[in-house]
Amino acid sequence: MAKAKVGVVRFPGTNCDRDVFEAVGLSGAEPIWLWHEDLFDSAQFSALILPGGFSYGDYLRSGALAARAVAMKSVREAAVRGTPILGICNGFQILCEARLLPGALVRNTGRRFIDSWVDLKKVGSRTVFGGSLPSGSGIRIPIAHADGRFVIDDSGLNELRDRDQIWLEYQANPNGSIAAIAGVTNENGNVAGLMPHPERAFHEWMGGTDGRRLLEIWS
Amino acid sequence: MKEFLFGVTVMPRREVLDTQGRAVEETLQREGEPVVSCRVGRFIELKVKAENDASALTMANKISESLLANTLIETFEVRRG
Repeated sequence: MAKAKVGVVRFPGTNCDRDVFEAVGLSGAEPIWLWHEDLFDSAQFSALILPGGFSYGDYLRSGALAARAVAMKSVREAAVRGTPILGICNGFQILCEARLLPGALVRNTGRRFIDSWVDLKKVGSRTVFGGSLPSGSGIRIPIAHADGRFVIDDSGLNELRDRDQIWLEYQANPNGSIAAIAGVTNENGNVAGLMPHPERAFHEWMGGTDGRRLLEIWS
Repeated sequence: MKEFLFGVTVMPRREVLDTQGRAVEETLQREGEPVVSCRVGRFIELKVKAENDASALTMANKISESLLANTLIETFEVRRG
């Protein structure tokens, strides 16, 4: 059986692309590079991942300029088609700026760039990423961000709760995110974003392997 | 087509903690300045081509809403340059 093709979208300033590419390969799928300047045929991909980094140097707002890249037209098509799409860290910021995910990500309350391992709890089950994990499962993977504070207004937060769109929560809120939110999904559940980096927790020598539990959906 | 200049001021919404403003505020207060509060936004100079002043203003507002500001977390004001 042919392996599932997973597109990994690169923007100028993306820097977790190689790690994500490797992680997708280890997860049983065939990773394929996608370039920000090019449209692609969204029907060819089983899933898309927008990796972390500092696209466009975080100019204007994190993810704001990448959200308007040419490739995002195809990403949008894939979103409508129902293709699973995952944004990690800056990829999450890009999907929020593209309005493919609700809310926004702003500077951490403590103003510092935080690079550390965090304990997460899986809350919602709308996305296929980590889909085999029961709700309430604990996941330990690293974060590395300055703009990770998830914000949304009260009515938006209520909608997220009502529609089971809160995907992951921090056990100990590191960045001031509202309701300790670490990851959300869109209304349909096919688009998901999280600030922590599952691709950085794939081997024991990395410090843990819980990232596999979120990405191993093709094995 | 003529060129029209606008100044766009983008500010963080009051309900969203303005970490940059807070850092500047604390620094000024530490220096003994009689500063009560400080908020930091962004000023963008925008020159657009348009047929007339009204359509230029409409365009500047549209650009501000779609990219220059994220209205979930920021407000913006467009002024003629």
